[in-house]
Amino acid sequence: MTPFPSLVPALPEILLALGAMTLLMIGAYREDSTKLVNICAILLLIVAMLIVARLPDATTFGGSFVIDSFARFMKILAYVGSASAILMSLHYQAREGQRAFEFAILIVLSAIGMGMMISAGDLIALYLGLELMSLALYVVAASNRDSTRSTEAGLKYFVLGALSSGMLLYGCSLIYGFTGTVSFAGIAKASAQGGGIGLVFGLVFLFAGLCFKVSAVPFHMWTPDVYEGAPTPITAFFAAAPKVAAIALFVRVAVGAFPGIVPQWQQILVFVAIASMALGAFSAIGQRNIKRLMAYSSIGHMGFALIGLASVSSGGAQGVLGVQGVLIYIAIYLAMTLGTFAVILSMRRADGMVEQISDLSGLARTNPALAFFLALLLFSLAGIPPLAGFFAKYYVFLAAIKAGLYTLAVLGVLASVVGAYYYLLIVKIMYFDEPAKGFEPMPGELKAVLGVAGLFNLLFFVYPAPLLNAATTAAKSLF
Amino acid sequence: MVSWPVLSLTTFLPLVGVLFIMALRSGDDEASKRNARWVALWTTLVTFAVSLVMVWRFDPGSPEFQFVEKVAWLGGYGTYHMGVDGISLPFVILTTALMPLCILASWRAIQTRVKEYMIAFLALEILMVGTFSALDLVLFYLFFEGGLIPMFLIIGVWGGPRRVYASFKFFLYTLLGSVLMLLAIMAMFGQAGTTDITVLLRHSFPRDMQPWLWIAFFASFAVKMPMWPVHTWLPDAHVEAPTAGSVILAAILLKMGGYGFLRFSLPMFPIASHDFAPFVFTLSVIAIIYTSLVALVQEDMKKLIAYSSVAHMGFVTMGIFAATTQGIAGGIFQMISHGIVSAALFLCVGVVYDRMHSREIAAYGGLVNRMPVYAAVFLLFTLANVGLPGTSGFVGEFLALLGTFKINAVVATFATFGVILSACYALWLYRKVIFGKLEKPVLAHITDMGWRESVVFAPLVVLTILFGVYPKPVLDMSAASVTALLDNYQRALGAAKSAALVK
Repeated sequence: MTPFPSLVPALPEILLALGAMTLLMIGAYREDSTKLVNICAILLLIVAMLIVARLPDATTFGGSFVIDSFARFMKILAYVGSASAILMSLHYQAREGQRAFEFAILIVLSAIGMGMMISAGDLIALYLGLELMSLALYVVAASNRDSTRSTEAGLKYFVLGALSSGMLLYGCSLIYGFTGTVSFAGIAKASAQGGGIGLVFGLVFLFAGLCFKVSAVPFHMWTPDVYEGAPTPITAFFAAAPKVAAIALFVRVAVGAFPGIVPQWQQILVFVAIASMALGAFSAIGQRNIKRLMAYSSIGHMGFALIGLASVSSGGAQGVLGVQGVLIYIAIYLAMTLGTFAVILSMRRADGMVEQISDLSGLARTNPALAFFLALLLFSLAGIPPLAGFFAKYYVFLAAIKAGLYTLAVLGVLASVVGAYYYLLIVKIMYFDEPAKGFEPMPGELKAVLGVAGLFNLLFFVYPAPLLNAATTAAKSLF
Repeated sequence: MVSWPVLSLTTFLPLVGVLFIMALRSGDDEASKRNARWVALWTTLVTFAVSLVMVWRFDPGSPEFQFVEKVAWLGGYGTYHMGVDGISLPFVILTTALMPLCILASWRAIQTRVKEYMIAFLALEILMVGTFSALDLVLFYLFFEGGLIPMFLIIGVWGGPRRVYASFKFFLYTLLGSVLMLLAIMAMFGQAGTTDITVLLRHSFPRDMQPWLWIAFFASFAVKMPMWPVHTWLPDAHVEAPTAGSVILAAILLKMGGYGFLRFSLPMFPIASHDFAPFVFTLSVIAIIYTSLVALVQEDMKKLIAYSSVAHMGFVTMGIFAATTQGIAGGIFQMISHGIVSAALFLCVGVVYDRMHSREIAAYGGLVNRMPVYAAVFLLFTLANVGLPGTSGFVGEFLALLGTFKINAVVATFATFGVILSACYALWLYRKVIFGKLEKPVLAHITDMGWRESVVFAPLVVLTILFGVYPKPVLDMSAASVTALLDNYQRALGAAKSAALVK
């Protein structure tokens, strides 16, 4: 009989699960407890973050659950993203009268799923985590149940998500069928001998499912509609934490389970990266709605992040460089996205939220500080030095050049120039155009998120060592 | 010796001014505008004074980098490494010297969002000085590209009617060129294992890699320079930018291209530079003749000067890629001289623009009757632009032509036509604006330059004449570095030739 597995590595997930259930009870039995639940949820996530940071390297549950530097790095990011999403929704909920305490609980549940994904050591854990995260996401996307747009977004997300889960499961079953194991280590051993066409088939389906979750082309179709339709704090959440978890899973599966057939998956990723960057850059140009624009922007950014993964042509130094590029990219992307959404969430006039880009007109005059921070984040998203976004791109392109993927790198930088155009367009509207009516004063918690994210982007270049070192350590733990 | 970080101090001193202005009470009243202006002026003056310390302590006999500072920064991927040699120091001084003049020139012209304007200019100064003194490729790129943001805002916020188009064109053109250079930087890092410029200057890149790296760097610097046919952003940007913005663009941002050729293309990729030299010569000659002809038909004063800048930069690229002592020294001198002269010409346009709010050549005429001092100053800079002996414009053009003639007489001959054409358009502009009868009624009460404007022009007038008759200070400062650069260049070419013979 196998001994009872150690629960310590899964401590943060266990804590979050118990906490979520307790909060559900509080919410169900106490009147008007939304605020309390929200705050407790944030605290729970912070505690989980602190625990994750101190967990030792370990595997448990027969190898299905892994804690290493990589998992610690990504989990902290995912929890930061989730906690910030709850924080940023406080004011919105109060103003829109959506006093649904379930919102924070669903985010916590989805954070458990993310933790599971990031730590997944086999295909079963992978699927468990992915579905736990996604189910919670489907519900929150439709959480504004009186709005047709929101319910449409939720439904669309659910139907397409179910389809992608189906493909992913099909891929998993093929992989299991051809290798006889679900554990990543076992698959790696089997794939080292070449694997054969069946394994590659399974890999393609598995990657299709993962591409859907990171919203990479050609599985991106849901993104703009869901981003636009969902309530804005939910969009902020979608753009941040789930992307971190999905990219983490992508990296772990690719590097952990299929190191033997790198050329096979590398060409898929090269295509996906190029297509995502190009589509993200060109489709965003015509957008009028800022949430839709951010959707295309996030598609493009996922393309850039995947460049790093595509550059993992072998183990050792090159592999570390590639994965490190992905990690740095995703960390900086998280900061840029959260900051930008803090601005979008404060685009509110007396008669409600506005989300057209033209509503930002002349913001530099009506609210110079807000305009400054948004401009900073936009330049950072465009990858202009000396802002953090430049370093994000720098490391992934460095990895690509070292791996000899010159076409990918050239197309990538060209896409980033096209992308710069639409970010500049927003800066132009804020700085060059005549002022429109000003927004309501920004609530404190949004100011805090924006301030932290903005200063991080502005001052990253002064002292980049901590993030770089953490990313290098995390990347090394995979090889 | 106490190692005082003079160079970093020069670079980042404007930051103090930025913080100071930010801390000022915001508001659109006269007092806060005045405060912002004075803070900016004092900051740039102090920065200039500090940069003069470098001139004082600079050893012109040594081709090595001086005032070197090195601090760990990006882990293994880049260091904070700064230093200047004889090639970069003149540009650093040019930058710090022109900044106070730009602030003064914007004193009355800028009345909206003065605080932001001054912050943008001070930020730009940091990035420009940084570009010229960075000794690490990543750091260089950071400064080089970072300059786009403030300039984009300066053109876009305080520019003329077509400012949005001009600012976007400026930004995207330059960015497109630069990202290719970024990839080349990464490839160089991959090959040499370092981004330290001092190490890379001694590193020899494989022969088959050099052309690609050269092209990528060329894409960036040719746009910045700008060379024909990628010069089209310049006239637009110049015309729409506020006066001080045009000054900075013409005097300093363009020089980053030439500086880049001297710092990277020539010494790091000598074989490719040698192979591509005819290509550069062709583009340069086309630029000199074609843009001079285009300048002849302009109706807008700033546009005319912008096209003349492109033509003058043609002499610079020609001189640099001739790779002779005279050619390179001429190129450097021409850049410094053009920095002074074109800055002054744009300021001249600014003087009348501030009064009449028109840059149309046809809107003026007979200004000499009301503005004698202005007419004299404008005449001096027109002649310097033409390259009249006795002005700084002559020395640079002459040396560049001389250096090129030794290598390629045909190119030098064609380029000389540019000198004649420049006389045509510059004198034509002068005749139209200054001479003739003062017939237009709106001009009847135009006033001559005030004391503030005279203060701006005085140093430029002195320097133009001084460098025209006594160019030694600039030439001496860069001589040792130019010689060292050329020695390395010839050695690399010689090695490549003998290697080819062995094969």
